[in-house]
Amino acid sequence: MTETQTIPQNTNTSIMPMLRAMVGIGVLCALLIVLTFEGTLPRIERLKAEALEKAIFRVLPGTVATKTFQLDQNNGFTAVYDKGRTESLVFAGYDQEGQLTGVAVEASGQGYADVLRILYGYHPGKQSIIGYYVLESKETPGLGDRIEKDADFLANFEALDVSLTDDFSELNNVVVPVKHGNKEHPWQIDGVTGATISSRAIGNILGASTQYWVPLIYDNQQDFSSED
Amino acid sequence: MNNPISDVHKKDFFSSLKNSPSTDEFIKGLWKENPVFVQVMGMCPVLAVSNTAENALAMGLATAFVLLMSNLLVSSLRNFIPKQVRIACYVLIIATFVTITDYAIQAISVELHKSLGAFIYLIVVNCLILSRAEAFASKNTIGKSMLDALGMGVGFIFALFCLGAVREVLGSGSFFGFSFLPNDFQAWILMILPAGGFFTLAGWLLFFNVINERRSEV
Repeated sequence: MTETQTIPQNTNTSIMPMLRAMVGIGVLCALLIVLTFEGTLPRIERLKAEALEKAIFRVLPGTVATKTFQLDQNNGFTAVYDKGRTESLVFAGYDQEGQLTGVAVEASGQGYADVLRILYGYHPGKQSIIGYYVLESKETPGLGDRIEKDADFLANFEALDVSLTDDFSELNNVVVPVKHGNKEHPWQIDGVTGATISSRAIGNILGASTQYWVPLIYDNQQDFSSED
Repeated sequence: MNNPISDVHKKDFFSSLKNSPSTDEFIKGLWKENPVFVQVMGMCPVLAVSNTAENALAMGLATAFVLLMSNLLVSSLRNFIPKQVRIACYVLIIATFVTITDYAIQAISVELHKSLGAFIYLIVVNCLILSRAEAFASKNTIGKSMLDALGMGVGFIFALFCLGAVREVLGSGSFFGFSFLPNDFQAWILMILPAGGFFTLAGWLLFFNVINERRSEV
């Protein structure tokens, strides 16, 4: 072991030096964090927007162009061009002929480590979920992150049934997660062994989100019908 | 043609470098007191994030950056921080640099940030960083503390990279995402799972101990 140089330390037991040190270091640390946050924010926002754009193309196969819509007060959808808006947004995808390839919807909920943010693609014609992508996750690498990589789990979202009742007001069957190997119906999500909580969380997030969004999107299909 | 004068100078330079206390501070973290293979510290990220060489390298660099900057600040403020509140101050300093690292990784790559998951935040409680702040930086000059942090940081990166490289090659049949093994190679899935982390770490610890034992015999 190397020898260490003994430097006299401040051993004053009065409150002021302690208060001065803690407040001083606190202010310095706050300043460093705020400066870094302000400095990196524009780039982080740009990278996140690019990642979202890429994710839309992934969850809506065949898409060559996208358009952003916002749910308005009359429960219809209007196109938005203002990048600052972030509430109640859905993203429509269009193929080369300008036909609708589906609508991508963002959803979030509590995972194992933190909040999970996902994007899924809904096709009103097929009445099913046709794609899924994890936008933000802090799940355990090697275990929880299998919700992003496990081929069997991802296969759940190739044609997940979210068909509506005859009056189009609600889902025939709510999407539910089941234990690995117990999937019997097309609206069930087969879980992942070793990532039980994370895969169940995805099932619950999708269940809640599709119950709200699918009837609304189906009911207002004409709002998304054209790329122009 | 040989120049005897420059050879002597070279020899003097390298022998002085070898015996210099500053070099010792740096070298000790690489091998003699390697934080992973000798001190067995910071095992949480070592085992969890070393499933690929890229993740291991990124986590090693992030930890080394936090270690270097916190050692710099702790050493600079060592006479200003009263003994009674030193741990609280060190944790505050470490947490600040972890937050800065988190923003920096997000600004570099969203995918990389996603793949490191919650382990970026867990650098705050990596015992390696707090132990270097308490045991070294708070008692030594800025220069020595920086060398100590550099040595320990590079040693940590080296150890994580050793684990990540072995686990990715055996567990995924690739290196930094590039497949180079024959198509019929059957990947050992176990190696990218937590158990594979323990097996690989055990293998490297055995390797290090055998080498150290042989060196001490010599």
